[in-house]
Amino acid sequence: MQPPPLPDPILSLRHISKSFGGVKALQDVSIELRPGETTALVGDNGAGKSTLVKVMSGVLRPDEGQYLFEGREVPVNGPRDVARLGVQTVYQDLALCNNLDAVQNLFLGRERTGPWWTGFRVRRAECERRARDVLRRMRLDSIALDRPVGAMSGGQRQNIAIARSILWEPKVVLLDEPTAALSHSAAEQVGALINGLASHGLAVLVISHDIHNFVLENSDRIEVLRLGKNAAHFRSGEVTGEQVVNAMVGGKEGVNSAA
Amino acid sequence: MTDERVKELGFAQKLLMRPEMGAFCGVILVLIFFLLIAADNGMFNPDGIQNWSVVSAQFAIIAVGACLLMIAGEFDLSVGSMIGFSGMVLAIASLHFGLPVWVGILLAFVLSMALGAFNGFLVIKTGLPSFIVTLAFLYILRGLTIFMSVTTTNKTILSGMKPLAEEDWLAPFFGGEAFQGFFQWMGNMGWIETYTRGIFEGQPVVSGVPALIFWAVGLVIFAQFLLTRTPFGNWIFAAGGDAHAAAYAGIPVKRVKILMFMFTAFCACVFAMCQVTEFGSAGADRGLLKEFEAIICVVIGGALLTGGYGSVIGAGLGAIMFGVVQQGLFFSGAESSLFRVFLGGLLLIAVITNTYIRRRVIGAGD
Repeated sequence: MQPPPLPDPILSLRHISKSFGGVKALQDVSIELRPGETTALVGDNGAGKSTLVKVMSGVLRPDEGQYLFEGREVPVNGPRDVARLGVQTVYQDLALCNNLDAVQNLFLGRERTGPWWTGFRVRRAECERRARDVLRRMRLDSIALDRPVGAMSGGQRQNIAIARSILWEPKVVLLDEPTAALSHSAAEQVGALINGLASHGLAVLVISHDIHNFVLENSDRIEVLRLGKNAAHFRSGEVTGEQVVNAMVGGKEGVNSAA
Repeated sequence: MTDERVKELGFAQKLLMRPEMGAFCGVILVLIFFLLIAADNGMFNPDGIQNWSVVSAQFAIIAVGACLLMIAGEFDLSVGSMIGFSGMVLAIASLHFGLPVWVGILLAFVLSMALGAFNGFLVIKTGLPSFIVTLAFLYILRGLTIFMSVTTTNKTILSGMKPLAEEDWLAPFFGGEAFQGFFQWMGNMGWIETYTRGIFEGQPVVSGVPALIFWAVGLVIFAQFLLTRTPFGNWIFAAGGDAHAAAYAGIPVKRVKILMFMFTAFCACVFAMCQVTEFGSAGADRGLLKEFEAIICVVIGGALLTGGYGSVIGAGLGAIMFGVVQQGLFFSGAESSLFRVFLGGLLLIAVITNTYIRRRVIGAGD
C-alpha cells in the first residue's frame, strides 16, 4: 500500500543543537512541519520540547543547525524575523497582559491607527470588528471583548492566546502545552480549534503531555524527543498510546519509524 | 451582538470600577466641606479660587508625569530634585552667564530630560527597582544642584528673574497670564473685586489665568489621550502590567519605560520653569518632597503602585483634591500640621480601596 504523497514541509529544522552551559538541551534534532498537518511534539520532562519550540519561534538561537522555511534556509535573529515569515507561537504562559482587555491583547504591538491628524488614534471599532470575526470563526462568541483578561477563565485565556496567533493569518502555528492547565471540556474545545486550523491548511505544532486523550485524537503525526534527541516518530492513526509512551521513556526506541 | 452568557455589568457598577471614581467623589466631598467651613474666609472669591487652583495645577503638572510612569510600572523619586535642578539651570544661565531666558529654558529642558533618560537607562540596565535607583538620584541631583549653585554664584537662592522673564518671548508661556483684558473688563464691570489703593489701584484682584493652569490642563488632556486612545498608551499599560508578556508581543518595553522617565523629567521641568519665571527666583532647595506629593496624587487618582492600572484624569482630580485641602485648611485657619495627618489618612484609604477594586476588576492571583 502506497502512502499518499506528502506536501512539501513548510518549516523544517535540521540538525539543531543547543546547549545551556554544560547541559546539552538539544542534540542534532530535526523536525518538519507540513501544511494541513498537526504534529504533536511529545517527550518526558527535560526532553527538550520547549527548547525546540523556542528555537522555532526565534526566541533562542541554536548553536548549530539550519532553519528552513518553504525549502529555503532563512536567517533568524529573533522572534520578529520568525513572525514575519508567518510563524506564530502560543507560549505556555500565554504571554497575555492581564490588565488589558481581549481586543487590546489581540492587537498588542500591532494596533491599527488613524492618520497623523487623529493623533494616531487606535481604530478601536475596527479592531473590535476584526476580533469578533476571528472569535466567531473560532466559535468563541461568548468571550467579552472589553473585560480585562485577568478576570477570565483559563480556557478563555487560552482561546484568546490562540486567536491572537491566527489573527494575522499565519502559515504555521506553534502551541506550547495549550491544554496543560485546562479542564477536560476546555481541552476538548482547544483540540477542536487546533483541528480546525490544520483543516484550513495551516501547519500546526503542539506540545502536549496528554498522549491518550489529546495527542492521539488531535494530531496527524507524533514526534518524540528523549534527552534532547529525536527518539521516534509515528503517524497518529498507526500507533497506540503505549507505543508512544515507551518511546518517550526509552522502552523500545523507534518502534515505528515508517512515517 | 451580545451573548446571554456574558454577565453584563450594571452601569453603576461599571462607573464605580473606573479608577478615577474615588478621586472624583473626593473632590466633590472636599469642595462641599470647605464651602461649608471656609467660604466666609474668601476661599471661593475669585482670588481665593485662583489661589487653590494654582496650587492644584502645580500638583497636577508633576502628577501627570508620575502617573504615566507609575502605570508603566516604575517610580521616580528624583522629581523634587529635578525641579530644584532645572530651576537653577535656568537662573544660573540667565542671571550668571547672561544668556537669553529662552536659551536657559531650552537648556533646562534638554538637561533635565537627558537626566531623566539616564535615570531610566540605569533602572533598565541594572534591573534594580526604580525605587532605589531614583532614591539615589534624589540625593545625587540635589547635592549637585547645591554644589553647582554655590560654586558658580556663591548663593543657593537666585532672584531677579522677573524683569528678564517679562522681556523674553518664551518665558511668558510659563510665567505669564492669559485673558488679562477680559479680567480687567470684568473688574471694570464690578463683577470681580478691584484693588482700591496702592500701585495696583483699579486692577482686578485676579489679573488673568496663569500659564501654569494651561500647562496643567494641557498635560492632563495630552496624557489622557496618549494613554487611552493611542497604541503607545496600550504599550504603557502592557509594560506596567506584564513586562514579560509585553516583550513577547513585540512591545519595546525598555524604550517605553525610558521615555516615561523622560516625560516625568519634562513635567518636573515645566513645574520649575513656571515657578522661576512667575515668581522671579530659583532656589537650590526647591521642590522638596514633590516626588511624594506627585505619587500621592496619582494613587488618590486610582493608580496601583504595582503598575498597569491607573488614570491621568484621576491623577488630575487627585491634584485638585490635594490643592483644595491644603489651601482650604489655610483659609479656614486650621492648624497646618493637620494637613499631613489628613494626607496620610487619605493615602491609606486610597491604596486600600484601589487594591480592593482591582481585585474585583482584574481578578486576584497574578
